[in-house]
Amino acid sequence: MRSSLIYLLVFCLAGFAGAVLLTRPGVVSDSALEGLVGDPVAGEQVFWAAGCASCHAAEGATGEDRLVLAGGQRFASDFGVFVAPNISTHPEAGIGNWDFADFVTALQEGTSPDGRHYYPAFPYTAYRLAERQDLADLWAFWQGLPASDAPSAAHEVGFPFSIRRAVGFWNFLYMDDAFAVTGELDAAEARGRYLVEALAHCAECHTPRDALGGLDRSAWMAGAPNPSGSGTIPALTPDRLTWSEGEIAAYLNDGFTPDFDSAGGHMVSVIRNMAMLPEADRMAIAAYLKALPPAGE
Amino acid sequence: MTARSTLLKIALVATTIAALPALAQDVPAAVQARQGQFQIMALNIGVVGNMARGNVDYDAEAAQAAADNLVAISMLDQQFHWPEGTDNMAIDGTRAMPAIWENLPDVIAKWDAFGAAAQGLAEVAGTGLEPMRAAVGAVGGTCGACHDAYRQPM
Repeated sequence: MRSSLIYLLVFCLAGFAGAVLLTRPGVVSDSALEGLVGDPVAGEQVFWAAGCASCHAAEGATGEDRLVLAGGQRFASDFGVFVAPNISTHPEAGIGNWDFADFVTALQEGTSPDGRHYYPAFPYTAYRLAERQDLADLWAFWQGLPASDAPSAAHEVGFPFSIRRAVGFWNFLYMDDAFAVTGELDAAEARGRYLVEALAHCAECHTPRDALGGLDRSAWMAGAPNPSGSGTIPALTPDRLTWSEGEIAAYLNDGFTPDFDSAGGHMVSVIRNMAMLPEADRMAIAAYLKALPPAGE
Repeated sequence: MTARSTLLKIALVATTIAALPALAQDVPAAVQARQGQFQIMALNIGVVGNMARGNVDYDAEAAQAAADNLVAISMLDQQFHWPEGTDNMAIDGTRAMPAIWENLPDVIAKWDAFGAAAQGLAEVAGTGLEPMRAAVGAVGGTCGACHDAYRQPM
């Protein structure tokens, strides 16, 4: 009797320890980043490809205003409303007092400098796949961005999603270290995959999610309900998106469909980013989309 | 049993097909009118847009005509195209979001921005491919600015 109680206690302790370990926020150390030197010019391309401004600049911002990462855009979801924080270079209101390891830890582990999980509305699950050299370049570019003293607003997330530690379980389930599209890819398709899956995080809207909000990788880019509002985000698989590669690349540049309807919703902001990339990158994205497995019925 | 359920299915499909044209007719005339207006815009932007993309050769006369059409549409008084209760929460067949009616001054400012960009295009459309291309980009920006905030995704 007594020994079975001890077993139970040990079992519970082990379970608790396991849960603590499992949900512990990950951190990237300085030593893991040794030797990386950032190039701010290359970093600007990473900045646009990664779509930072689409969520962290003011809604509808254009031109230079897209460099002011004051936050404030609201993203409704099934779990509550997420409010993009100030990630400008302001030392108190933004992330101006971070070091490079803090930055990489945020982008690739989803962990804040004070050791808390970010919510996966922030696509660290995608950025996790980014090359560290690209992040060094991005951080170098970041240093030249303007500071905003606008305070960050709190997320409006109710219990139980307000328990940040639980995001650790989510990460255990969904934080993947591999590209979704595998198999033989040529150079352009591979570049497109890197842009789409690691930086531009297109799947966040174009791939359906399961009940816990994780991406359903078996339906990669197969289209999904609009995550924040009514309507549908279209499928990008070659059986559904039948535009030519040239038409896709042109759409990502000028925002017009082949029929010269215009892009709408959050895609307008995405195109403002994509238009800043070299034409070869837009063509690479198109090549990748043509290499996607079909969505089927 | 099987025959009956097959009959039932046929009846169901037939009813659905019969209901389709009725549905299209149910879209209010104002909604049809504004959608037609946007189709005219798309058609004319396509004329200059295909030149800008290099899909067709630059044609100064056609570019000017298309630009002038866009200016003409921008000058249509919009008040009859947007009656209350014709948003996508109230009726089917439209992607116009209720936010339009909640932010009318902003919507009007964005429509005026389209007019200004169309005017800018009309001033240069006949003068050469490069200036036309830049002006088409500006027009496209004004389309996106409104669709960003006020049109539901597919």
